[in-house]
Amino acid sequence: MSDFGSVSLRRLQDAFPDALLGSHADVGDATVTLDPAQLVAVMRFLRDDEVTAFEMLMDLTAVDYLGKRETRFEVVYHLYSVARGHRLRVKVAVPESAPEVASLCPIWPAANWMEREVWDLYGIRFEGHPDLRRLLLYEEFEGHPLRKDYPKTGRQPLIGPRG
Amino acid sequence: MASETLQPGAPSVRAAAADLERDLHTDHQVLNMGPSHPATHGTVKFLIELDGETIVDLDIQVGYLHRGFEKECESGSWYKAIPYTDRLNYNSAILCNLGYCLAVEKLLQIETPERCQWLRVLAGELSRIGDHLTRCGAACLELQAMTPFLYGIEARELNWDLQEQLCGARVTSNYIRLGGVKHGMPESFPTHFRKVVGSTRKLLADFEKVVTRNRIFVDRLKGTGIISREECLRYAVTGPMLRSAGVPLDLRKDEPYLVYDQVDFDVPIGEVGDNYDRYLVCVEEIHQSLRIAEQCVERLEELGAGPVDVADARVRWPAKGQVFNRMEEMIQQFKSVTEGPRVPEGEAYTAIESANGELGFYVVSDGGPIPWKVRCRPPSLLNLQPMPGMVRGAMLPDLIPTFDFINMIGGECDR
Repeated sequence: MSDFGSVSLRRLQDAFPDALLGSHADVGDATVTLDPAQLVAVMRFLRDDEVTAFEMLMDLTAVDYLGKRETRFEVVYHLYSVARGHRLRVKVAVPESAPEVASLCPIWPAANWMEREVWDLYGIRFEGHPDLRRLLLYEEFEGHPLRKDYPKTGRQPLIGPRG
Repeated sequence: MASETLQPGAPSVRAAAADLERDLHTDHQVLNMGPSHPATHGTVKFLIELDGETIVDLDIQVGYLHRGFEKECESGSWYKAIPYTDRLNYNSAILCNLGYCLAVEKLLQIETPERCQWLRVLAGELSRIGDHLTRCGAACLELQAMTPFLYGIEARELNWDLQEQLCGARVTSNYIRLGGVKHGMPESFPTHFRKVVGSTRKLLADFEKVVTRNRIFVDRLKGTGIISREECLRYAVTGPMLRSAGVPLDLRKDEPYLVYDQVDFDVPIGEVGDNYDRYLVCVEEIHQSLRIAEQCVERLEELGAGPVDVADARVRWPAKGQVFNRMEEMIQQFKSVTEGPRVPEGEAYTAIESANGELGFYVVSDGGPIPWKVRCRPPSLLNLQPMPGMVRGAMLPDLIPTFDFINMIGGECDR
């Protein structure tokens, strides 16, 4: 898998020299960090290019690095290629001041619910998402519980039946 | 006079005939199904837009079993997340333990001993058999077939007895630990195991005899809930659902973890990706899992008794005798109990083939004793997502078998 990491990295470097902000292959997981502005173009390339051929967006989540990093959030994508049998992790940093990143629904419809979940639990908006409602919690819920500053014992007001 | 008005070409007769041809005006109605409905073995709410009995559109609302799995994991030690993983997919709890432990072990760079790996494969396959039996049995029940359900449940009971003997509990067994398993295979296990495998095969043969070529069952399953190979890939559908659409992706073969590269088994695939294909794939997978489990027991008998954990002080506690008599071990025990292991800083993602598909765990550590992030990639959630497309234009009753064979498990879907 680490072999593949270098192949796909070279491929990405050739196609998008200024989109790659960093990369590593710690514990064998090939990982790249991207410039959020070029996310959609790079992801489309990763899906359509015949060397990378990532047909599947396996996972999409976010991490809150409150107090650890200058840019608070990171959205993490895990890609998988059935044809090639390899994986890649793609990350973009998202600032607290403008928690927004482009939606990948047009590339992989699998992103739809996972982006709704990240909006629900982390409060990161996905620009261009067709239906950005909360997924697991209810609309009246206040705040986003997986943010590190949301207390574990946080209480929510009771809501009545909907009209 | 009367006979004149009934002449075929008479204007009033023509008007009446035209009236019969005219579409009756009908409005679409929205039907609420769930969140607790006897025909869905999962807590989920469907908002179904119907034209008569035809499904026009479907909105699925998940989240009724959301209990903050990730938030809980981020507030205890690395150990304390393991019992929570039991409660993700409570049909195949051991596989959830396994996924989490493999992810943390990847960060810790721990390689478990061979005996432990065979035990993990054995326990995981028992878990998978139980999951598939529940899926196929419950699907029959929800299609009004009580008898095959009871065959399936009887086989599952026997399977749970086995799991109890191996792990100490039937459903949420908490068997897999960081760097090992709870304990080795009991001496009496192989005999009991072979007896149960025999009975399971017999029950399964009865089950298939009643169901597989049953006209009613086939009519309700064949051609319903179709999903194509391309849609599966676009929606990141995995597991038996993807295989029934003809993609032979099984992580046990494609990214062999543990000792799956040393066992002999086949990966069944379907052709059209309808409910019937999913049923056939699941039943065949039970047979294959029985095969794998038999090979595990054989190998474990060859290996004999011995350690089932890594000898790594970070994750395993020292032996009691040393704790009571030596200073270092006592301190180590104290630190292990009060604080738990510290996991090196970094991130890791592992995926295993669970009963429903790719069960992934993405863990992030800041180097401390508490996980910074534990993400579970739930196959149930992603397999459920394309369901509206699978039932659009179908009849309302087709929704039931489609949902059954997606096998959405609330605990894992909603976390």
